Amino acid sequence: MTIGQGIRRADGHSKVTGATLYLDDIQQEHCLHGATVRSKVAHARILSVEKSPDFDWTDITLLTAKDIPGENLVYLMTRDQPALADEWIRHVEEPVALVAAPTRERALEAAKHVIVNIEEKDALLDMELAEHSDIRIFGEDNLFKKIEINRGDTESVAHGRIIEGTYTTGHHEQLYIEPQGMMAIPQEEGGLCIVGSMQCPYYIIKGISELLGAGFEDPDQLQIIQAATGGGFGGKEEYPSMLAAHCALLAVATGAPVKIVYRRDEDLRATTKRHPSRTRIRTRVDDDGRLLSVDVDMLVDGGAYNTLTPVVLSRGVLHATGPYRCENVRILGKAVATHSPPNGAFRGFGAPQAQWASERHMDRIARELGIDPVELRIRNLVEEGDRTATGQRLVSPGGKTVLQAALQAVSDLEDEVRPEHPGGGGVVARRAKGRGLSLVFHGCGFTGNGEARLKGKLAMSLENGKVCIYTGSTEIGQGTDTIFPQIAAEELGIELSLVHMAPHDTELVPDSGPTVASRTAMVVGGVCQKAAKALRTALQEELGLEAPFASLMAMRESKQMLRVEAQYVDDGSLQWDDQTYQGDAYPTYGWSCSIVDLSVDLDTGEVVYERFISATDVGKALNPVLASGQIEGGSLQALGWATSEEVVLNEQGGMENDRLTNYIIPTSLDAPEMHTILVEIPYDGGPFGAKGIGEIPMDGPAAAVAQAIEQATGVVLDDLPMTPERILVAMDERGVS
Amino acid sequence: MTKPEGSYASVDVHTAYDLEQALDFRAQYPEARVLAGGTDLMVEMDLGHIPQSVLNIWPIGELRGIRERPDGLWIGALTTHRELVESLLAEAWAPALIESCRTVGAVQIQNRGTLGGNIANASPAGDTLPVLLALDADVEVASAARGVRSVPMEYLYRGYRAMNIEPDELIIGVRLPEPHSADQTHYRKVGTRLAQAISKVVFGGRVRIVDGVVVESRVAFGSVAATPIRCRGVEEALLGRAVDPQVARLVADDIAPIDDIRSTSGYRGRVAENILRSWLTSLLPAQEEDV
Amino acid sequence: MKIAFQLNGQACEHEVSGMTRLLDLLREECLATGAKEGCGEGECGACTVMIDDRAVCACLVPAIQVAGAEVTTVEGLASTEGLHAIQQAFIDHGAAQCGICTPGFLLMAASMCASSEPVEAGDVREALAGNLCRCTGYQKIVEAVVEVVVNDKA
Repeated sequence: MTIGQGIRRADGHSKVTGATLYLDDIQQEHCLHGATVRSKVAHARILSVEKSPDFDWTDITLLTAKDIPGENLVYLMTRDQPALADEWIRHVEEPVALVAAPTRERALEAAKHVIVNIEEKDALLDMELAEHSDIRIFGEDNLFKKIEINRGDTESVAHGRIIEGTYTTGHHEQLYIEPQGMMAIPQEEGGLCIVGSMQCPYYIIKGISELLGAGFEDPDQLQIIQAATGGGFGGKEEYPSMLAAHCALLAVATGAPVKIVYRRDEDLRATTKRHPSRTRIRTRVDDDGRLLSVDVDMLVDGGAYNTLTPVVLSRGVLHATGPYRCENVRILGKAVATHSPPNGAFRGFGAPQAQWASERHMDRIARELGIDPVELRIRNLVEEGDRTATGQRLVSPGGKTVLQAALQAVSDLEDEVRPEHPGGGGVVARRAKGRGLSLVFHGCGFTGNGEARLKGKLAMSLENGKVCIYTGSTEIGQGTDTIFPQIAAEELGIELSLVHMAPHDTELVPDSGPTVASRTAMVVGGVCQKAAKALRTALQEELGLEAPFASLMAMRESKQMLRVEAQYVDDGSLQWDDQTYQGDAYPTYGWSCSIVDLSVDLDTGEVVYERFISATDVGKALNPVLASGQIEGGSLQALGWATSEEVVLNEQGGMENDRLTNYIIPTSLDAPEMHTILVEIPYDGGPFGAKGIGEIPMDGPAAAVAQAIEQATGVVLDDLPMTPERILVAMDERGVS
Repeated sequence: MTKPEGSYASVDVHTAYDLEQALDFRAQYPEARVLAGGTDLMVEMDLGHIPQSVLNIWPIGELRGIRERPDGLWIGALTTHRELVESLLAEAWAPALIESCRTVGAVQIQNRGTLGGNIANASPAGDTLPVLLALDADVEVASAARGVRSVPMEYLYRGYRAMNIEPDELIIGVRLPEPHSADQTHYRKVGTRLAQAISKVVFGGRVRIVDGVVVESRVAFGSVAATPIRCRGVEEALLGRAVDPQVARLVADDIAPIDDIRSTSGYRGRVAENILRSWLTSLLPAQEEDV
Repeated sequence: MKIAFQLNGQACEHEVSGMTRLLDLLREECLATGAKEGCGEGECGACTVMIDDRAVCACLVPAIQVAGAEVTTVEGLASTEGLHAIQQAFIDHGAAQCGICTPGFLLMAASMCASSEPVEAGDVREALAGNLCRCTGYQKIVEAVVEVVVNDKA
């Protein structure tokens, strides 16, 4: 019985002994090092690219767009993003040229000596101006995507009180501790092997399949191997395809293995971030604060290229009302292009931005009506049978359950002396304490018919008394390589030690779909369970016996590998219309309640986190230690987003604070004690009842922090991050300090 | 393979094993950057500023140690922040200094960063510097040609990252006067986060109160001017009467905070005033205290 | 210049030029890749190693300065008898997720074990603040370190 047990992770021993090999640990003979020449301005026409005469160019290879053998394209959803800028630069840090050299130091030096002659143009950097700007970046109106969701008729609601608010969030950096890195190794038989830090090996094949021209027409010419990956959080979902493109181009041009590992400052400046957002919410409520109509206008900034922006907007609008009931809803979402570095996936993927707004708006309603914010939420919380804005009927919604669990935990801990956090200033500091709560939900798996279209696959084999699992779903710290063997061992009734994972190598494993969207445990884990059943059936058929797998396995004499493949199959129970955005948006939803205790220093505006409690419905905790680990990690990322993680932009729209000294993530001292309650409302579509949990921890904490700050000081903040500077100004304006 | 110019490997490193050797090198190679624990110099190099030559003084034992002398507590320039934190003697003499050492980066930085290095780096944001000002520390420097001399901390900095020290001189130690029983000291750092942070405002203060009257006052700040500074106006205003927290308002006249990547001049100015006022308030006799 | 030092209990000698970083010497010459480069500026602590039982950031140490010293990396924490207590505690508490920060934390905790300075539970978060983790929220890391450094050591 391994499901529900805090089984020690499969790669734990390797990770604590330093045996785990991340990309830059891999020894590769005769490897060259690559570096990237990037634009220093947001918008320009490229006139020429030249080598500076003040540098020794022997043993250096220089590539520009003209040297690309195939299509100058890194493909994800649209055919808009080049591997190297050709005629136009559309964002600061856009890659313009590549160099390869025998050492990393020399490659970085060479890159500094490439001269890019440009004609600078006016740049469009303000997302509010994008749609009606004369400056065209994408399509006719700079709209990557527009989505409208309508339920009932908001226009028809003329009574009740109008409550309006505007809520914004800035960029947010994933800050995986391992910077991005990739290596491309030409193979003797032709083709390339690409190894690196990544979440989605199969995305790379799709991404660069047209890039390399002759000899690479067949996608099988590309073998992608995921190295142990030091954190992703979405930041290594699509960006690695760009990095792989660069390594591949250099490897093909030089005929040698080429590795590119980003320095931290380059990683911060050049790779994707969370989409900034501006959300306007206008609601009509009755005297008890019940929602009569909800009108949401959400805008996100996609940067210069499409990447996955339409999908971020999709998830954003689908969470825009929060977990609350309303018959009349209108949601208008737009994602626009600006001349800034493209934004991309980061845990939550639009839902954190949407629910920052919806939760702050609930607090606004509570404030204006004089109702307790928790009571207000209870009055509006969806219940069994209620429908979402897209008309999806909710089955066993867990909002009330997680709320009660979190409140119970607070009550249980009340006797425990609330930890006096050191903070700064010791006994001289003047602090005001506050407590805040938020309630969120999060759709698990891909939206609508996403999974049906993907048809993720997973294979399983039996050989020499061992079961092996083959999946393109990767281990990025969340525990894939531990829970999949747990699922298989449980289903087959065998010892966990007999089950292991094949390396995430596209030559060995099928495409299970990307490791994103809170789908790995729930969807791919489900396919894993299916494969285990199929393996059992296959073994029974092979031996002509119906008996438990364990005994059949012991009986089996054949040396031949027995292998099966299973696939996600849409059972037709979900109805979704992509045109009208109506129907079952997600197979199921997770639910989470966050309660944060903090104090605000009245002299400095610093927020000191003292305790954090969360109750999250995970369906079934396949491995409670891994599950709580995910929630704790995601929650702290959200607390950082709330009060310290600011991306400061320069005039070119790029990241000015491109050093860890200046992009501030929480240390262990900044982090609060965390109490994590795992609530289980099983989902029968997930293996053993499991739901997805990877993203939901990001959705709620920031709003709980804002409520706590308000309780402590009376200041109302609707924009992230709530830095000490902003809090102090707000307190001064309110006459608090 | 030849190392490219301007690379880490190409730097000319001279290592000194005793003070005499170090001072001779200093005289011979005044342009060589002095390397102690490396926590500042290596960060500079990571930013791309690679020096041509370096004088490595890390092995010099004579520059380590914390000991009582007739004229005060002597702290060798190569004493690390962590050694200070662990020193009961230093804690007894200067608890505020020890507190400041605890906030320099994190433990890994404290194990290598030295007091002399913090002073020589001459950053306006150096954490120990306002405390050294508040404690009337003297910085001892030495040269081969002229021997040892003492520079009071308040005269050490003449401008942004510039010290009143000759190119052939080396900081060898710090002397702290004996603490007075009526002295109360305070340290406060407001950083970008609670640990591993650069200060936005950093404060070192000392008052000597005798029979309810302030007879000596030191109010020093970092990160609010081109150098760490003493606020003379505030110090003056405190003298000769009972502690008056409202005097904190005057700090604005003594400081010149700026906007930078980490914070704003408005924030710095406000916080400097607030933390000073709160400290002064804490010094009030119990019955007069503000609620 | 040739420098001689102890690496994980073994005597070794390496040619070092100029201000080559200890981190690069370890990773490229000694092939001890356990210490990682997360930032190159001494902020993240992923490169933490011990020099004479003191935790330091190897990215900020010029390699020439370890001449004559004892350097310990994650590869040297386990002994012939088994894993170091802190390694076992990290496994038992689930304190590693992606694992990239793990060697740095282990060396920091090991230095606390090696030191005679007493550590209380309330001091642990401050002691670990030079090691950044993005996956775990620190909760299980703190629990593991408290168990070994505070309870076991006490």
